[in-house]
Formats: sequence, C-alpha cells, structure tokens
Amino acid sequence: MARRFVQTNSISEMEGLKLLNTQRMNRPVSPHLDIYQPQVTWVLSGLHRITGVAVAGVFYVGALTYLLHPIYPAIDSAHLIEAVHNLPVWFKTSAKVAFALPLTFHSFNGIRHLMWDTGKGLTMKGVYASGYAVMAASVISTIYLAFFV
Amino acid sequence: MMRSTSALRALPRTAQLVNTARAFSASASTSFASPSDAPTPAAGSKPPAVKEFKIYRWNPDTPTEKPELKSYKVDLNQCGPMMLDALIKIKNEMDPTLTFRRSCREGICGSCAMNIDGVNTLACLCRIEKDTAKTTKVYPLPHMYVVKDLVPDLTLFYKQYKSIEPYLKNDNPPEREFYQSQEDRKKLDGMYECILCACCSTSCPSYWWNQDQYLGPAVLMQAYRWIADSRDGYTEDRKDRLQNNMSLYRCHTIMNCSRTCPKGLSPGRAIAELKLEMATGVKAKAMNP
Repeated sequence: MARRFVQTNSISEMEGLKLLNTQRMNRPVSPHLDIYQPQVTWVLSGLHRITGVAVAGVFYVGALTYLLHPIYPAIDSAHLIEAVHNLPVWFKTSAKVAFALPLTFHSFNGIRHLMWDTGKGLTMKGVYASGYAVMAASVISTIYLAFFV
Repeated sequence: MMRSTSALRALPRTAQLVNTARAFSASASTSFASPSDAPTPAAGSKPPAVKEFKIYRWNPDTPTEKPELKSYKVDLNQCGPMMLDALIKIKNEMDPTLTFRRSCREGICGSCAMNIDGVNTLACLCRIEKDTAKTTKVYPLPHMYVVKDLVPDLTLFYKQYKSIEPYLKNDNPPEREFYQSQEDRKKLDGMYECILCACCSTSCPSYWWNQDQYLGPAVLMQAYRWIADSRDGYTEDRKDRLQNNMSLYRCHTIMNCSRTCPKGLSPGRAIAELKLEMATGVKAKAMNP
C-alpha cells in the first residue's frame, strides 16, 4: 500500500465556521484609510459629509439659541448685529471664509451628487471634471462672499 | 515527416548521437522556489537600479507580533517590469516566507489583487515605478482580515456574491436556444467582464465600515448584471431583495471603485443605474456609450 505523506480531514460546515472564527480572533485587519492614496473621489466625498454635518450643526445650534430669548433678552438679532458690527475687520473676514467655504462646497457638491443620481457624469473623466469644477466654484464663491459682500 | 527523416539521415553520425543523448538527459535543477544563480551583469550593461520595496508582513504562527513593513531591495535591471515579477523575485531569491496569491500573471484570474502605493490593483498588471528614489509600499487589500502577509480573507466577499444568486433564473426557459436581441446583449457589456478580484469592494469606504451588511461594488455590479439580463425571469425578486437600507443604499457614489478597477470597468456607474432603475422602474440604457 502506498504511503501517504499528507493527510486531510474533512470537517462539517459548522466546524469549519468555528475554526474560521477562532482564526479570525487572532487576525489583524489590514490597514485602510491611512494608507489609501488620497484621491479626488473619496476625499471630496469625506469633505461633503464633514461640511454637511458642520453646516447643519451651526444652523441648528444658531437657530435654537433664539429659544433662549425669553430667559436672556440680550439674545436677539439687534444685539447680534451690534456685536458683529464692533468686531475687527480681519476677524469678520476670516469668520466669513470659515462659514462660506463649507456652505458653498457642500451646496455645489450636492448638485454634483444630484446630477449623478440622474445617471449623468459617471465616467471617470466626468467624475474628475465635476470634482475640480466644484472645488473651483466653491473657492471663487467663497472669495466673493467673504471679501465683496 | 519524410523530409525530416531524410534530413536526419544526411547528418553526420556523431550529431545524431548527440541528439538522442539530449532526449534522455534530465534537467539538473528540479527544485522550486530556490535561490537562482545570481546572473552577473554582462560587461557594458546598465548600472544596477536598486529599488526598495516595503511589504506588509504578518505571520499567523506568531499572532501576538504586530504586522510590520519589511524592506527588500531589488535591482530593477535583473527583474521583470511588473510588480508581480518583483514579488516573485523576492520570494525566490531573498525570502521564501513571503506569502501572496498569484496565478495567471495576465490579469484574468484576479488572484494577485493588493494595495500597491496606496491603490488597489492587480500586481501582474501594475508596472514597477521606475524612480528608484521612491520606495514602493505593498499592503494587502484594505480593511480585510489578514490570513498571512498579502493574503486577505475573502470568505465574506464570496458569500455575498453567492447571496445574489449569480446565475440565470427562469421558470419557463425555451426548448432550444435562448435568444437575446443585440441591444439586450449590449446591456451586459462592462459588467460580465468582472473577474471578482475584490479591488473595488476593498477600495470603498462604505464597504470598509459596513461590510457585514453592505454588499459592496463588485457584488452589486453582478447583482445588476443579472437584473439587466433580458433572459432572467426573477428581475423583480432580485430588486426586492436589495430594497433595504444597507444592501444597496450604503453606496454614496464615492466612486473609488471605478477609479481603482484594474479591468477598467465602472461598478459605481452600474450601481447608480441600478438605483435609478429601482427608483423609476425604467431600464437603463446600455452601459457602454
């Protein structure tokens, strides 16, 4: 009879899954976000979400603050305008940039997403062209809003 | 046949003997993956172009040891042009413990999918960056359980593929050939070519964070491939199964998938057309313009 040097044992599907799970307890998860090359695709997508949360957060918190008006009468538009009016110009301009850039980027990129939802501009060329267009449009409109309005 | 025998007869006797002797002699080297005799560069050849490769290493036999990047230096003048050539050279000549999957070396099997210089691709289709000043980093496919070194655990990926029932389902198939118009056949172009290398799925941040529930670009494109097939009788059933928060709609059109596909396909576009078809009920046009 021929001698065998390698032996295999067949195990049931459940046993196989159990073995796999014990192996997985020791397995590391391969690196992902920090090793992936920064690309227009996922960087803009991440920024879209971050700016969305930031813009919505500022809007909700700002609007809800007005609910405190009955307790603190100083919280109203008249006082707010006066407070901002007395701020130095450099502070006002940089605050305007900080507010305008996320808002304009999120708006333009939102239009880009709506365009994709209709099935248009989904080639790689289209994705990159619209991506750079969104970046340019948000920078230009931010400069306009911060310095000329 | 006749000509070759007569030609052999015309040869001197000694030459005939040499020929037969060769047929019986066995090649000396029968071992695999052994260090080759380092070929010495011929006189007047190019100076060595030594490039550093940093490769992700993790050994399941020592699971408590953290994964590390191990450095290997390869002379590009002694190596083939592709990343897979470099990996095989390293395994053959420097470190036989280096583990990676490979098979066809021509981009049709999808085995050697890995993350090279931050981009998911097939090592056999990826040229080595000629600039020797830059080190090339090689990681396994991102956010997957590592079996060993560059080998990721694709069990879940294959299970997800199985779950979409990737085969023709029709209760009333015709007696003979299953005809399809040229327009209907065209709808499958750009989808049936997928080799399931998992480059796209493992490039997708949505898949990184939700792979237990989200199917991922590769599997969704195949789901659409069977929904778009005019011969399939379970189109509505297939769509219904995707009609939930996670399976399909975790796709946020990030488009990393189309960007990274080593076969030049566009899973992102297929998913967008699938979403559109599910929302409007209108069949999308052919993928290729």
